Amino acid sequence: MKIIGWGLPALFGALGLIFPLSAAAEWQVNLGPGVTEISRAVYDLHMTIFWVCVAIGAVVFGVMLYSIVHHRKSRGAKAHNFHENTLVEIIWTVVPFVILVGMAVPATATLIKMYDQSEAELDIQVTGYQWKWRYQYLGEDIDFFSSLSTPREQISNDETKGEHYLLEVDNAMVIPAGKKVRLLLTANDVIHSWWVPDLAVKKDAIPGFINEAWTIAPEPGIYRGQCAELCGKDHGFMPIVVDVRSEEDFNQWLVEMKQAKAQASDAATKNWTLAELMAKGEEVYNRACAACHQPNGEGIPGAFPALKGSPMMVGDPAAHIDVVLNGKSGTAMQAFRDQLSAVELAAVITYERNAWGNTTGDLVSPAQINTLKQ
Amino acid sequence: MGTLEQTVETEVHHGPARGITRWLYTTNHKDIGSMYLWFSLLMFLLGGCMALTIRAELFQPGLQLMEPNFFNQMTTMHGLIMVFGAVMPAFVGLANWMVPMMIGAPDMALPRMNNWSFWILPFAFCMMVATLFMEGGAPNFGWTFYAPLSTTYAPPSVTFFIFAVHMMGISSIMGAINIIATILNLRAPGMTMMKLPLFVWTWLITAFLLIAVMPVLAGVVTMMLMDIHFGTSFFNAAGGGDPVLFQHVFWFFGHPEVYIMILPAFGIVSQIIPTFARKKLFGYASMVYATASIAFLAFIVWAHHMFTVGMPLAGELFFMYATMLIAVPTGVKVFNWVATMFRGSMTFETPMLFALAFVVLFTIGGFSGLMLAIAPADFQYHDTYFVVAHFHYVLVPGAIFSIVAAVYYWLPKWTGNMYNETMGRWHFWLSFIGVNVTFFPMHFVGLAGMPRRIPDYALQFADFNAVASVGAFMFGLSQLLLVYNVVQCIRVKRPATAEVWEGAEGLEWTVPSPAPYHTFAQPPLVK
Ligand code: HEC
Ligand SMILES: [Cu+2]
Ligand SMILES: [Cu+2]
Repeated sequence: MKIIGWGLPALFGALGLIFPLSAAAEWQVNLGPGVTEISRAVYDLHMTIFWVCVAIGAVVFGVMLYSIVHHRKSRGAKAHNFHENTLVEIIWTVVPFVILVGMAVPATATLIKMYDQSEAELDIQVTGYQWKWRYQYLGEDIDFFSSLSTPREQISNDETKGEHYLLEVDNAMVIPAGKKVRLLLTANDVIHSWWVPDLAVKKDAIPGFINEAWTIAPEPGIYRGQCAELCGKDHGFMPIVVDVRSEEDFNQWLVEMKQAKAQASDAATKNWTLAELMAKGEEVYNRACAACHQPNGEGIPGAFPALKGSPMMVGDPAAHIDVVLNGKSGTAMQAFRDQLSAVELAAVITYERNAWGNTTGDLVSPAQINTLKQ
Repeated sequence: MGTLEQTVETEVHHGPARGITRWLYTTNHKDIGSMYLWFSLLMFLLGGCMALTIRAELFQPGLQLMEPNFFNQMTTMHGLIMVFGAVMPAFVGLANWMVPMMIGAPDMALPRMNNWSFWILPFAFCMMVATLFMEGGAPNFGWTFYAPLSTTYAPPSVTFFIFAVHMMGISSIMGAINIIATILNLRAPGMTMMKLPLFVWTWLITAFLLIAVMPVLAGVVTMMLMDIHFGTSFFNAAGGGDPVLFQHVFWFFGHPEVYIMILPAFGIVSQIIPTFARKKLFGYASMVYATASIAFLAFIVWAHHMFTVGMPLAGELFFMYATMLIAVPTGVKVFNWVATMFRGSMTFETPMLFALAFVVLFTIGGFSGLMLAIAPADFQYHDTYFVVAHFHYVLVPGAIFSIVAAVYYWLPKWTGNMYNETMGRWHFWLSFIGVNVTFFPMHFVGLAGMPRRIPDYALQFADFNAVASVGAFMFGLSQLLLVYNVVQCIRVKRPATAEVWEGAEGLEWTVPSPAPYHTFAQPPLVK
């Protein structure tokens, strides 16, 4: 239904020509019907209530316009002096009530469908973190983080923006097509909200609580969404990508994920040089830490401490490692123990101890981290 | 309201004091009303500048002008300042000026407390605005300040924010008590409850809402304070607390709060439309009952703001049905206004233009509200720009247009001069176009999937955002015309009659223009 207020978009379109706008103009004016049975039911509700409003609006604004045109003093209209009419008043109380009851019936039916608690074939725990998502496939030993992959340069307008600007992630949530997938949502720090419009799933991820949602995506495809609840500085930068694959491809993916995990633990046993760790550390730092501590290590006063020149960075490594592994409860500093591999942890700590003029020369090795992680 | 016995007090006992002390020590309802209105205008312009900062950043995708953290401070402060600094004080200012004159009272019932209610406000807002300059910046957790973002994860300035909210709450409660006391006790002989002008009725009901919910707001910020400084865990899950409790308490305040911002607007429009249609308000009694039912329903719908927090099915259904029910009394009001116009003899001076725009645009906001009430559909709308469009439609061309309409309507009574009608119409048309160009496209981007409170967005939202930003600057700059018109009206002598408007009825039009410093020292007799 692309006809809602088509006159306005046309007007705005004319206005839009004046501005140097991106080529990706879409002028989408309505909710999409989405891809699931539920999302289509929601879309139908949306359109029904929309047309109900249009109909009521047409009557009310019609009478109003008629009065404005015909009952104006400049046309010589004389004011009548009626000011109540019990019958009319009863009618316009009862009729809207009946319409509302008519609307409540399908809405209730859809809601009951959404609350269907029957068993799912796959359970995924989804955890919101300040500003990324964690997906744990229950019973599958798969556990990974998913964060924005749009390069910083695109956000700061130094590079042209890609097609999926701000709606792309490093690791998408992969699910099988046609199967019921249950999401168990929670959060690690503040409240987030997991929303993918095409699946018509939006549910808050709340620390200390587990919320449930489910979906059955019938066709393979990529579906994009965003965090919907204000969760701090980078709330606008924690997208969601759901990659729906055929059952075969999904099983293949499960195998690959497990292999990758084995390889990562091999890497930890290798001997890393300071230069190698620094290079890797910079990459990890910019991905996982710079949002708060800033790329130059200077932090944001009053919110996120500077790491540059911090006594902890240049003092005893044990305290430093402890903060990064276990976080600091009650602050935005989260535990990175499970978020990063031993190599990544070793690299980022080494990097922090040797970057921005911190010159300890310390090398923290993946093996060291592994013993602490046990 | 029948005919009025003209017993206007012509001799003036004593005029206002001179100099700054007039304003500091005044207990006169007209002086205090004026101070509220000027204060609210100032806050409106300040909050407006913040809105323009937001729209400037959102003009194009990418981060151009500010860091996300500052953007969040702007959205938060814009919301808080507009709600607590612009809209609420403006209505209190109008009540101060008009309620005594409309019911034939010499002043407010509790004049000293009245002075205090006002003078708390500048201090509260100085403190709140000062947080912008503190280390860590101003509150950045949205005007709804959900915990634990606003507690465990908040900047240090949150403590000042809490204190400022407490002060505003005290001011509002005192203002409300004063209005109730005035209306219940100081009506002129013959002014029975069912003869009260609708502006007075809606304010009476609003005042009860205020007394009921401002303490709840004070409670929730106090719980935050305890969590932050005294080691409690009301909202901290790690300590056994419940972050969702915050939302229940907040919205138990917050939903009635939105009616606090719209019921007096209903009252204003119900005064203006009959005047310019030269016809009595249709369905006076049903207007009163509709207002009362809306106020009652306001207390049992709060969780429609929380459909996605994971309530049980029964909860969702209850709040969905209750919310849909509000459409009935709201519809009655709109139908009554339209029926008042029907077969009237209408003219279209500036106050009427704003009132007519109110009826149309508020109704559009009501329609999107009805859509939001449908819980399954709300899962798609919630926390998107569709919601932003909805509440700006009911607040800007809703509450704010009604305030502007009221200002043009009563300005001649306050100043004794007519404002410049041509300029008034310019102000109206620019505002009307600006408001729609700003907020209508927000429905589209919201439905297309743009979340609210984000400083940067995906490319498919770019065009409508650019349009909205252009509209916002147009709307914002047009408000300078309001300032110009008010100042002109004060300074340029274009004497107004006592009645001002041909079709005006009510006690306020029986006193000369400008209204003398003291009115109705002898109560008028209302037949
Ligand atoms: C969501 C924001 C955020 C992110 C992301 C983040 N930190 Fe932190 N970090 C903080 C905050 C806030 C503190 C201060 C905690 C406190 O109050 O003690 C902190 C403290 C620290 C400290 C202690 C500093 C000192 O001098 O006491 C270290 C070390 C640190 N972070 C390292 C990291 C590393 C390494 C990463 C990335 C892997 C990272 N942080 C990511 C917010 C963050
Ligand atoms: Cu978020
Ligand atoms: Cu509400």
